Amino acid sequence: MTLAYVRTEDAPKRPPPATTAGTWARLRDQFAPTPLSGLATIVIAALLAWTAWTIIHWALISAVWSAPDREACNAVGAGACWPFVKAKALQWVYGFYPIEERWRANLVFLLGGISLLGLLVPQIPLKGLNALFFFLIYPVLTFYLLRGDHFGLVRVDTDQWGGLLVTLIVALTGIVASMPIGILLALGRRSKMPVVRSLSTAFIEIVRGVPLVTVLFMASVMFPLFMPPGVNPDKLLKALIGVALFSAAYMAETVRGGLQAIPKGQYEASMAVGLSYWRMMLLIIMPQALKVVIPGIVNSFISLFKDTSLVSIIGIFDLFNMVQSGFNDAKWASAQTGNTGYFVLGLVYWAFCFAMSRYSQFIERRLNTGHKR
Amino acid sequence: MTAQSPGELRQPPSREAGPFAWFYSPRVRGWLTQLAVFLLLAWGLYAIIFNTQANLKKLNQNFGFDFLTQAAGFDLSTSLIAYSSNATNARALVVGLLNTILIAVLGIIFATVIGFIVGIMRLSRNKVVAGAATLYVEVVRNIPLLLQIFIWYALVLKPLPGVKGAINLFDMIFISNRGVTMPHPLFEEGAWLAPVFLFGALVATWFFRRWARKKQEQTGKSTPVWLTSIPIILLSPVLGLALAGWPLTFDYPSLAGFNFKGGMTIVPEMLALLLALSIYTATYIAETVRAGILAVSHGQSEAAAALGLSRGKALRLVVIPQAMRVIIPPLASQYLNLTKNSSLAIAVGYPDFMYLGGTVNNQTGKAIEVVFILMVVYLGLSLLTAAFMNWFNSRMKLVER
Repeated sequence: MTLAYVRTEDAPKRPPPATTAGTWARLRDQFAPTPLSGLATIVIAALLAWTAWTIIHWALISAVWSAPDREACNAVGAGACWPFVKAKALQWVYGFYPIEERWRANLVFLLGGISLLGLLVPQIPLKGLNALFFFLIYPVLTFYLLRGDHFGLVRVDTDQWGGLLVTLIVALTGIVASMPIGILLALGRRSKMPVVRSLSTAFIEIVRGVPLVTVLFMASVMFPLFMPPGVNPDKLLKALIGVALFSAAYMAETVRGGLQAIPKGQYEASMAVGLSYWRMMLLIIMPQALKVVIPGIVNSFISLFKDTSLVSIIGIFDLFNMVQSGFNDAKWASAQTGNTGYFVLGLVYWAFCFAMSRYSQFIERRLNTGHKR
Repeated sequence: MTAQSPGELRQPPSREAGPFAWFYSPRVRGWLTQLAVFLLLAWGLYAIIFNTQANLKKLNQNFGFDFLTQAAGFDLSTSLIAYSSNATNARALVVGLLNTILIAVLGIIFATVIGFIVGIMRLSRNKVVAGAATLYVEVVRNIPLLLQIFIWYALVLKPLPGVKGAINLFDMIFISNRGVTMPHPLFEEGAWLAPVFLFGALVATWFFRRWARKKQEQTGKSTPVWLTSIPIILLSPVLGLALAGWPLTFDYPSLAGFNFKGGMTIVPEMLALLLALSIYTATYIAETVRAGILAVSHGQSEAAAALGLSRGKALRLVVIPQAMRVIIPPLASQYLNLTKNSSLAIAVGYPDFMYLGGTVNNQTGKAIEVVFILMVVYLGLSLLTAAFMNWFNSRMKLVER
């Protein structure tokens, strides 16, 4: 049988390829392999150059560098309003935290930074102790340090907390709470017990099916109704609970991915040596499963960090809300104030998220060495 | 061989015998755990219901959905259906739902187009093209969406001129800080012929495609299906309207006082939201597309090149169809994310479903009912998107034996 759609005669000959050796050929291959591609190179390069020039011109050349108030920033053709940033920077970091008590926030930043460094750099020993400190002791310590009212510290209520401090607290709470709850939910979803399994699945799917704004909205308007009459939970606490539940549901799915990646033999072998369920999970399965999903965990931390900006919608003065509220300050409101504020915000969020994604790639490469083809 | 004397028989550990052995049976333990979880949950639910009742009593409120039929009492900047402040709360919520669906559908379309282009660009041989795509992804993906919505709002839409100095395109389209105002089509008697013709053209295209494919399989000759059918599909409603005696007029916008009269307006909030949503989600789709294309084995594109296909054709006919199988599941979850992220409309005040939920709650104080409706509808939207993508996935799946 002959197939009609199979060629019977040769296709027309194509011209031989141009030389592929030499600097010129290599350059052409990289920047203009075809005329259309060359055109794209020119258009995109021009566009990039224009964007870069616009940003540099706005942020550096025509920028206002020092001014007592908005006067200079309001001038026609003025670029970024840096004096606004200078005047507000401390408020963006600490919010309305009393100035003479800011050393407490600094101490929290310092302890967190050191502990995190110890956790993240693979060469630093004592990972177990460090993790214990970071996930158990540090959150409690942070709370008592910042709120005070004990150990001779002045009480500073949560409505005075703000700025980057609150952004980091929300992110940290999400991270610290989502790990244990997420692991339990993931185990629950894979459990053989129907009640546990269906409850875990329902929780995960419901929370993942609705937007974070809805979860935060629920936490802020519905949660007070669930409490015994007269108990009105703290505004920040409500947001933290919402964020923790939300990130736990996503973490559960990430961890479940890791659990599924572990071969069945590992489970069977640990049962054969007589380990109980929890020992099997703690000693055999989890160490392997969590290692597999470290990139996924870091990725969910990145989205969690970006999502912390949403707490501003329910009126928490996190970094985002703090910067935005500065735009209306009569002393600084000008045509460029908003743009400058957004520029700084973008830089800060970008720096945090980009650092995390780079770290995730680094750890992925480190963990992958065994399987490289 | 000497018989080994049996070692002294050890007592079985108490876990496996004795009066409490049942306590160590995995089955019993399983049931006990479940019972404990169930009781804990029941107790929690009871406490919540008890507290809520007490709280509602204190606030002088009762649980019920009768607020849906009451007048909303607030105005909205934009609506797809007739709406005034006299309309019911239920209608206000429907307006919000329609706006959410509109944003989600448009956002999905734009994000997919941008995402596919950028994803393919990232794999280009051309260093500048690939570099620009990488830069775009790395910058946009690492900035919170909420911030991007505000940036688009502040950077692009605020500097636009006011109504008086609106950018005037042919006296038909006006671009100002109130949004883009354009003519609004008004259909009259007989306009139904247009959708009928469109449907006819679609059916005809389907048959034409089948015929062309059969012909290609039998004779090897290909027919330019898309080149012929796209103009037909586009022209058919126009033809339908022409046959019906042109039952279509446009309501042109005109400047009246401090605002435009007539026409329809795309509000700037919607533009900012749409731009930010599509550009942000496109970075994730681009990464998905790139991963999908990289997952197709190298041999496939080499084989396509050996058959004499150009790089573009190899990509379109050989690589992408295979990559689609890897792309679709994560693509589906990106679509879900986009739909959920559209709730950030609340930040710029575009009346989407979340925004109206919040407004209705502020007006009526029915927090539980409103949150319930919000959650049910968003879950429903998620399930609907997931179901559609599952169907699409099963269509694109490799047909195996």
